[in-house]
Amino acid sequence: MGKRTLPGFGLSLGYTIVYLSLIVLVPLATLVIKSAELSWGQLWDLATSPRALASYRVTFGASLVAALINVVFGTLLAWALVRYEFWGKRAIDALVDIPFALPTAVSGLALTAVLAPTGAIGRFLEPLGIHAVYTPLGISLALAFIGLPFVVRTVQPVLEELEPEIEEAANVLGASRWQTIGRVIFPVVAPAMVTGFALAFARAIGEYGSVVFISGNKQMETEITPLLVMSRLEQFDYPGATALALVMLVTSFVLLLAINGLGAWTRRRIGATA
Amino acid sequence: MTVATLGHAHVRARATTTEPGWVRAVIIAVSVVFIGLFVAVPLVAVFASALRDGLGAYLGAIVDPAALAALRLTLEAAAIAVPLNLVFGVAAAWAIARFRFPGRSLLITLIDLPLAVSPVIAGMVFVLLFGSRGLLGPWMAAHHLRVIFALPGIVLATTFVTFPFVARELIPLMESQGHEEEEAALVLGASPWQMFVRITLPKISWGLVYGVVLCTARALGEFGAVSVVSGHIRGSTETLPLHVETLYNEYAYGAAFAVASLLVLIALLGLVVRRLIAARIRRTT
Repeated sequence: MGKRTLPGFGLSLGYTIVYLSLIVLVPLATLVIKSAELSWGQLWDLATSPRALASYRVTFGASLVAALINVVFGTLLAWALVRYEFWGKRAIDALVDIPFALPTAVSGLALTAVLAPTGAIGRFLEPLGIHAVYTPLGISLALAFIGLPFVVRTVQPVLEELEPEIEEAANVLGASRWQTIGRVIFPVVAPAMVTGFALAFARAIGEYGSVVFISGNKQMETEITPLLVMSRLEQFDYPGATALALVMLVTSFVLLLAINGLGAWTRRRIGATA
Repeated sequence: MTVATLGHAHVRARATTTEPGWVRAVIIAVSVVFIGLFVAVPLVAVFASALRDGLGAYLGAIVDPAALAALRLTLEAAAIAVPLNLVFGVAAAWAIARFRFPGRSLLITLIDLPLAVSPVIAGMVFVLLFGSRGLLGPWMAAHHLRVIFALPGIVLATTFVTFPFVARELIPLMESQGHEEEEAALVLGASPWQMFVRITLPKISWGLVYGVVLCTARALGEFGAVSVVSGHIRGSTETLPLHVETLYNEYAYGAAFAVASLLVLIALLGLVVRRLIAARIRRTT
């Protein structure tokens, strides 16, 4: 390809690898080295203690609910933003980026204030018997807040790429509007929806700042895994923290690989129709 | 087919490639209400809670010595972390966008890795490495070096979580731009350094600024990773987000939201700048 004619390959790649190793790879390797000080049995016991298992249930359960909320409302939002014209559309589009832009601690604080029994939204939920603060529901809502931009910003460009001619063709060939949506639009958008779901889910699992204020941090009930890692560290229980961190790290790796695979799938799908 | 029937067919096709009016109205209403309740109301609530005790109390919480010390530390950490990741981002983008080599896609995945790691773990690995009971702990103690519960640890944690932002903006941008101008400059006798400063940097400048804004916003707002390594020493190792948490836990709600509103304003400013840059990039490409 003749690309080697450009200068600086050795320098830029060398610097990239050294810096990546110093900041990311060596520190992460420390976690693996530390866990090697433990036997498999110890590691297993620490990673499957009742409190750890309860924290996985809370973390994965709430993340799943949050990612599902995001797929439904995120796709709807992306559809409205791409397909319809309405007053305030640009403001809505800008607001979608807010959860990504806000520091997580601020998001957590703001959601807690709003959903508390005396808060702007909480005061209407309380008479209905819905407690959003210090419950798994609150954790799910905080995680859904954090994850919303991922689905909208993944689905939106795919919808923008869709050529109206394809829908017109489907219509001319006798498909109803719902058939067109189900059989022509959905198959193209579905990979982006799944990718957005995975991105939101992956982000939710590791999330800390936005959750700690709203969750109440009750052991076995509303304690998320990152918080349990934090409290193990504060008690200088490094083996306990290491075992949990290893579980989370492996989960993150698997999700990252899945997301990269999904990205390739999405590009193939779009490439096939364009 | 005559022009008239073509026009008619076009109108008919348009009408059937959108949804009935009531469906559109419902989707728009749900979207607006959802974003309104979920994003706009909490945003307004921060300012309402911050100003609850009056403007005097609000300003008092912000010019409080502990808050100002936290602001200073936050800016210091970002001022070190962002340039480090900026230089890395340019180097990584040049290597990845301009050359093909074995392990290239693995490298791209590894650069994204910090985004997939929980912030708590991002901070924790530095405690395992440099903490008093960490791998290098005894050696560090012997040489009177402190990383954890001090500025170096906060800088490292911030650098880790903001690691990919500049690189992720520059790689696709440089890939889309091609390298003909660079090659022309070299053929015409420019040195590699001249080529980089006069050709490459101007070409990527807006993408660079965009990445730096993203990186800075995250650096100023990072909470989890910094929380692990900071030790929460008031006036000394507390960043702005950590100061918000401390105030909140001390039931100083008004002050907590006042400082939080400062972070919201910084975040909104970053968002506006990003939108302006994105519009500019769209216009010029």
